[in-house]
Parts: sequence; C-alpha cells; structure tokens
Amino acid sequence: MTLLGDRQQLSYIASQAADARVNLELETEGMTLNIGPQHPATHGTLRIIARLDGEQVVWVDPSCGYMHRGYEKLTEVRTYPQVTALVNRIDWLGSFANEVPFILAAEKLMGIEAPLRAQHIRTILFELSRIANVSLFLGDLGVQLGAITPVFMAFRDREYVLNLIEGATGGRFHPNFDRIGGLKDDLPAGWLDETRTVMKKLRRFCDEIEDLLFGNEIFQSRTRGIGVIPRDIALQYGMSGANLRASGVDWDLRRDQSLPMAWDKVDWKVWTHPDGDSFARCWVRLQEVRESTRIVEQLVDTIPAGPVMTKVPRIIKVPEGEAWVCTENPLGEMGYYVVSQGDLGPFRVKIRSASFNNMSITPWLLKGVYVPDIVTILASLYFILGDIDR
Amino acid sequence: MGLFVFVCAAAMVLVGAVGVVTRNNPVHAALSLVLTLFGIAVLFVANNAHFLAAVQVIVYAGAIVVLFLFVIMLLGVDQAEDLSLEPLTVQRPLALVVSIGVTGVIIAAVLKSQDALFARGTGIDSATLQDADANIRQLSRSIFTDYVFAFEVTSVLLLIAVVGTVVMSRRQHGQHVEESV
Amino acid sequence: MMYNFAIDPLLTGKVLWTPLLIVLLKVVVVFAVGLVATMLMVWFERKVIAGMQNRIGPNKAGPFGILQTLADGIKLFFKEDLIPERSDRFVFKLAPYLAFVPAFLTFAIIPLGGDFRGDNDGLVTWFGQQTRVQLADPPIGILFALAISSIAIYGIMLAGWSSGSKYPLLGSVRASAQMVSYEAALGLSVAAVVLVSGTLSTSGIVARQSSLGNWNVIVTGIVPFFIFMIAATAELNRPPFDLVEAEQELVGGFNTEYASLRFALFYLAEFMNTVTMSALIVTLFFGGPQPISVGSLTVDIPIIGNAFEGTIWLLLKVLVFLYIYVWFRATLPRFRYDQLMDLGWKVLIPASLGWFILLAAQRVGQDAGWDRYVVTIATVLILLVCYSLLALAQRTSENERKRDGVMF
Repeated sequence: MTLLGDRQQLSYIASQAADARVNLELETEGMTLNIGPQHPATHGTLRIIARLDGEQVVWVDPSCGYMHRGYEKLTEVRTYPQVTALVNRIDWLGSFANEVPFILAAEKLMGIEAPLRAQHIRTILFELSRIANVSLFLGDLGVQLGAITPVFMAFRDREYVLNLIEGATGGRFHPNFDRIGGLKDDLPAGWLDETRTVMKKLRRFCDEIEDLLFGNEIFQSRTRGIGVIPRDIALQYGMSGANLRASGVDWDLRRDQSLPMAWDKVDWKVWTHPDGDSFARCWVRLQEVRESTRIVEQLVDTIPAGPVMTKVPRIIKVPEGEAWVCTENPLGEMGYYVVSQGDLGPFRVKIRSASFNNMSITPWLLKGVYVPDIVTILASLYFILGDIDR
Repeated sequence: MGLFVFVCAAAMVLVGAVGVVTRNNPVHAALSLVLTLFGIAVLFVANNAHFLAAVQVIVYAGAIVVLFLFVIMLLGVDQAEDLSLEPLTVQRPLALVVSIGVTGVIIAAVLKSQDALFARGTGIDSATLQDADANIRQLSRSIFTDYVFAFEVTSVLLLIAVVGTVVMSRRQHGQHVEESV
Repeated sequence: MMYNFAIDPLLTGKVLWTPLLIVLLKVVVVFAVGLVATMLMVWFERKVIAGMQNRIGPNKAGPFGILQTLADGIKLFFKEDLIPERSDRFVFKLAPYLAFVPAFLTFAIIPLGGDFRGDNDGLVTWFGQQTRVQLADPPIGILFALAISSIAIYGIMLAGWSSGSKYPLLGSVRASAQMVSYEAALGLSVAAVVLVSGTLSTSGIVARQSSLGNWNVIVTGIVPFFIFMIAATAELNRPPFDLVEAEQELVGGFNTEYASLRFALFYLAEFMNTVTMSALIVTLFFGGPQPISVGSLTVDIPIIGNAFEGTIWLLLKVLVFLYIYVWFRATLPRFRYDQLMDLGWKVLIPASLGWFILLAAQRVGQDAGWDRYVVTIATVLILLVCYSLLALAQRTSENERKRDGVMF
C-alpha cells in the first residue's frame, strides 16, 4: 500500500516535470503522456496527464480549466433576462436545456409559474435539445472507436432537430428563447406536424445506430466490460444522468421531482442497465433518445392552447431569497443555486454542471486500463468541455 | 558484372559491420546491421541462392532486427551512451587481444587455403540453374535427411529458450504486483 | 558466370539492346502505373467513402474531382519542410524512403497482364521478343513479396522513433509488434498457396489457375484466403487494424511529426501498399490476369486482344478488393491493441498452420495413394486434439493472469 503511494507521488513529480518540457522521457519505469489539451479525443481542451507502464495506465489526472469562462462571476453583472444568453453556452450541444433550470429558479423566487402551453413547449424544446445532443454522442462514439461513418449519419439526422429548434426559436445552437414567466414566442404554424415526422426519422436513426454500431462485434468487445463503474462508486463520485443509470441506479430527475414542466403528463420509461460498463452507458443513452422522441410526440399531440407568457413586470426584479433548481439535462443533473438580494441581477449563482462531476471519476476509473481504452471510456462518459469549464 | 555486384555487396557488408561497432546510438547500430544483412542477401543472389537470400531478408532483416529495434525502443536505451565510462575494467584490453587473435586466425586460414581459393570448381550445372525450385529442393532435402537431428534439436533449443524467458518474466511480473498491492 | 535472375525468356542468352530497352520500358511503365494507380486509389477511396457517408467527396479538381490527389500532392510539395528539434535527423529523413521504396518494389513481381489461356503461359511478343507482362519473375517470386513486406516495417518504425515525440513512438512500437505478428499468418497462408501450386513464381501461380474451379481460393479451401485477407489488412495498417495511426488515441500515429513531402511519401506508400496488396491477393487466389472461365466456357472480352485482356481482368479483380478495403474503412471500428494480438496469435496463426497441415496431409496422401477420406478424418482429429490442448493452455494462462491480476 505504501509502495503504491510512493509510486503515485513519484509519477506525480514526473508529470509535473513533463509540464515544463513535453519531451521524450521513456524509461523502463514508464512514461508520462499528456493527452490534450489539444488532442482529437478530448472534444476540446481537456487535458489528461497519464502515467503509462507500456500501454497500461498507472495513474491519471484530468486537468481541466483550459476553457474556463467565468460564467458564475459573469452572471453577477448581468440582469436576469441576460443570464440565459450566457448559460446557453455551458453545454453547447443541448443549449436550451441549460436555460430552463435557471429560469425555473428565478420563477421560483418570484413565485410565478409559466402558462401550461409554455410548460409544454419548454419540455418539447428541452427534449429536442437532448435528442440533438445525444444523437451527436451516438455518432461521435463511432469516431472515437475508429468507425467514421456513424458520425455523418448523426450529423445528418441532428440537422432535422436543429432545423426544428431554429424554426421555433430562431437560433440553431443558442436559442436564448426561455423567458421568466414563459417563452419569447409561440410556435410557428406547421411546426408540430414537422416535429412528428422528424421524430420518426430520429427513431429510424436510433435503429440504424443500434444495428451498425451497437451490433458490431468489435464495438462490443471494445466497450463491454471496459470502464466498469459499480453502483456504489458511481454514487460516491456524484455521477448523474445516463452514467449513473448505466450503473443500475434508477434515478431520473425528470420523474423524481415535480417541476412546472410537462414530463409528468406523458408516458415514458427510465432506462437503467446493470453492467455499469462503457457499453451500458452508450446503450442507456440510445434508449433515452428513443424515449425522448416518444415524449416529444406525446406532448405534440396533447399540447394545450393558450398564452405562452404570464404577466410579468417589464423590469424584472427578483425578490430576496435563495433557490435551487436542478433538471435532468442531456449530460446529467444540472442545477443553479441562485442567491438574490432583490436586485435586477442575481447576487451569486452557483452552477452545478453534470460533466464536471462525471469527469471527477476518471482518476479512479482510468487506473489500469490501456491507452486505447482511455478514449473509449472518456467517450462513453460523455462530457462536453463547456460543461466542465463553465 | 559479377565483380561489380560482389564489390558493391561486399562494401555494403563491410560498411554495415563497421557501423554496428562504431555507432554510439543503438538504433543506428541496428540499422547498420540491416545494411550488412542486405549485403549478404545480395551476395546470396549473386551465387544463385535466391531462396537463401529471401529467407535472409525475411527472417533476419524482417523479424530479428525488427525485434531488436522493438526492444531498444521499448526499454528506452535508445540514447547514445557515454563511451568513456567502462562498466567492466578488463573488457577493452581483452577485446583487443581477442580481435587480434581472430584476425590472425582468419589471415592464417586464407593463406593456408589460397590454392583452393583460386581453383575454379565446375559450378552449378545448367539443368539445376534452369530449374527454379532446385535451390529449395536441395536445401529441404539436406535439412530433413542428413541434418534432421541438428535441425530438430535447434528448434527444441529455441523453444526452451522462449518458454524459459516467459516463465522468468512472468514470475517477476507476479512479484511486482504483489509488492505494489 | 551466368545470372539467372529470372526465368523470363527475355533474359536468357546474351545481353542485347532490345531486351534491355524492353526491361527499361517495363520499369518506367510499372513505376508510372504504380503512381497513377495510387493517385486514383486515393481519389477512389475518398469518393466511395463519401458516398457511404452522405457526402459528395472531392468534386472540384478535374472531372469528378479525379485530380484532387494531384492537387494535394502539389500542395504538400510546396509546404515547409519541418524537422522537429528533438528528432534524429538522419533517420527522420531516411524513414519516408524506407516506407516508399518497398511499396513500389512489390509491384515488380505482379503479373500485370498477358494471355495465360491454352499453352500461352502468359508470354507475349514485343518487338520480336518473347516476354512476360511483369517487371521481374524471380524463381522465388512470392517470397520476394513477403521479404519486401517485412522490410516495409522499417519505414513506420523508424519514423515513429526518430520523431522524438511520444505519440509517434507509441505508434511505431505498436506497428512493429503488429506487423511482425501478422507476418507469420501471412506467410503461412501463402505457404498453402505454394503447396497447391507447387511453385513460388508468381507467373507460375497464375498459370495454374486457368478456370474458376482451379482458382487457389477454391483449391486451398477458402480458409487461407480469409486469413491472408485479414493479415494483409493488418500489414497495411488499414481499418480495423489501423492502430498505428489511430487518430483518436495517437493523434497522427507514426507520422504525427511529418510534414510536407515526407508526409506525402508516407501517404503515397500507404495507398500504394493497398493497391499492391490487392493485386497480390488477386494473383495468389483469384487467378491474376486469367479471365473468368468455367470448364471450357471462357468469358471473353470482344475486340480487345487476349494479351491486353489480361490487364483488364486484373484491373477488374483488383478493383473489387480495393472496394472491399474502402468498405472496411467506412464500416468497422478499430481493434484494441491486445485484441489485435490475440486475434493474430491465438486465432489466425493456429488456424493457418492447421489448415496448412491439412492440405499437406492431403498432398502426402495423394502421393502415397492413401484413401482420401481416411487421411482427412485422421488429420482433422489430430488437429482437434491439438486445438483443444491449445485452448486448454490458453484457459489456464487466462486463469493465472486473473489470479495474479495482471493483463499480460
């Protein structure tokens, strides 16, 4: 036990030395490999310092913060309606979902609730951003494993979803559509019909991915039994979202808490997987896209008529108080702790983003795996850099 | 033409051989070894021993030196070594004595048998030359008849070496793990 | 002293001007064909893979973007030539050539055409000289190809090492282990072909595959073909065995630090190797330039002369395999390093060895006049015993590894 500690210390010192000079220092003991911040597998600027013995990882340290934009601080100098434009950029692939919990927190402090139609549309857009986000994950998964075709299919079908989001909100990536007390606009004409057809396309995409990628022998051998996270470890590290459900924890904030959203009005299922390996994480996400298409279809059919905005003052001042609202975002639990002192803008906002916590397991999880498995496991944990470095 | 090929190949062999001993960097030394092996392969071809030439390249250049390089790279001994350090104090004088001795023996052997060197044999008859597979047939016949015992013993020896290496390295690995847990 | 490098009738007898010129012409043509084929292969791959991925692919340079490779080549030619400071300069400069030259050398022994029908034996008459439509036909033909493919490792290995950087080093260490392991399976499946053809010369191997039933893929019983195909894919470092340049893991693999023309040489060598390997597969298993014929019925392309027709047949067959390679790339995820080694050592090598023994036993039985079925059954039984021993050994070692908690 003590030896391992020494070894850890030694490798830490060595990796610190490697910071200054990224060079070839191959000894029989192993070498320090800096994966990132610029590396094709890190989806951006995550840096993984890995100490290798041959191709086996002895010790690993994820180093984040290369893309930190200081959103928590920036919110303090913005008014409430301005904040949504910022938080859009946290998880940039599912941006609408970032706006919702913040708006809900503000509404909670003000003691108002959006009209029923707005709640439905919010939920639809929330699920659409989930589909856009996770379908790209499903395609990207193939690329991380060396199969380049799925990502093009993912881009093709995500385009339909982005078109929907664009049609409703005017923005493809960063809608900035959610308002305190409701939504900016109502849906355009014909949007609901188009959504129905797109959902059918997305389900076909899921079937394709399941056939082409999940059914592939090499894919299975690369992901099954790799990066296993047991149930209790997952809970200890504060994992959330599909990563937690893949470890067999039946936990979904959409179902488990009551928010002024429309999830409780439709019939859907929370998928879990007992294995906890990379395959389970990917599989759970695949099922979630399917469930999301079902949710959207049902909501589209049952969407009530009415206004999309309640009465709110022209200049929004949030009364003094503190509120915590979290939702089940595409990447996992995302929440905002908003402290208000009755001003135009929040006094302090703490953003709990899913990827940051999900990444925290990597030092434990990557110990003892092979270099290629680093890539698979990171891909299956599914993080987005903006969601780690806020 | 024959002389030209011989001179070129012999130059390759010699340059390579000198390189193996004189280069400081082990990778460069290994590359020089490849040059030598190629030269020998060319000499084989020049003597119509095509099969041996191919085997020379496949086995020595293609497998053995690649494994040398593999080990050099994996163990990270690929930096040039400081030659002023001497781990064994007597090795250099000893090497000098041995090399002078070997040179003497070779020169003596050449002088002793110089008559035979200038004697021209009958060479290979044209029927054998025309037959493309004569080489292989001859070679396999001698390996599997006259020298079958030596051949099999060599293969068993190699097998024992492989098994021994695996056993020794595995035990070390196991201990290593026990220590570190 | 007479030099019998080839059994090509062109080269027997005294050195004359016409044969010399023909050989020179062949060298130039083979080199040019190699380059053009590579250029078209790059375009073909990009276009086909684009079609498989809902993209358009290159479409600007020339008709259908066919000149895209040329444009890329010119661009690379004018790029700055970078040599990393930590690199071993001499080896760094040498490595691209070590990769590039073997890629072309293998092309020399592939029969590129000629009429193998009847008793023609692939000979054509050019300028009053009888010759073969292949650059060289050494008596050890196919061994030459194996030798060259084992040399091809050096380029990749040294490129990775000399870059003085970690990702290329990891790539080259993987490359050397991978190629050495798959060489064995490759060689054993070639041995099966040599066994049934009874010759090492490539033209001889082609000449014996006169009809569809005589194609080596059927005569050797399809297994060596599959093993050769898999091992060849691994030799080529193409997906799903492209661990050497696994982009997501090793950035660019062994050629990460290369730029400009040196990178172009690696790129060219890779695609050249794909073309050569496809041609080799066709030569070994699918009759090379032989037309497709069943019994006495031969599919003949009208108008074109028989000698040139061989080239067309070869081209068509090679195209099929090139397409398959592109298809692999578009479809399959990558193996992990240890899975690749497992596949090579625990599946391919025992399978090819076993199949080779089966074929050899058949051959011996045929010569000695033993009953064919008895021989087959006996061999299969022996092989089954051997296989179960092997499986037992593997299971024991796996259990031991599990107990020790080590991965190797």
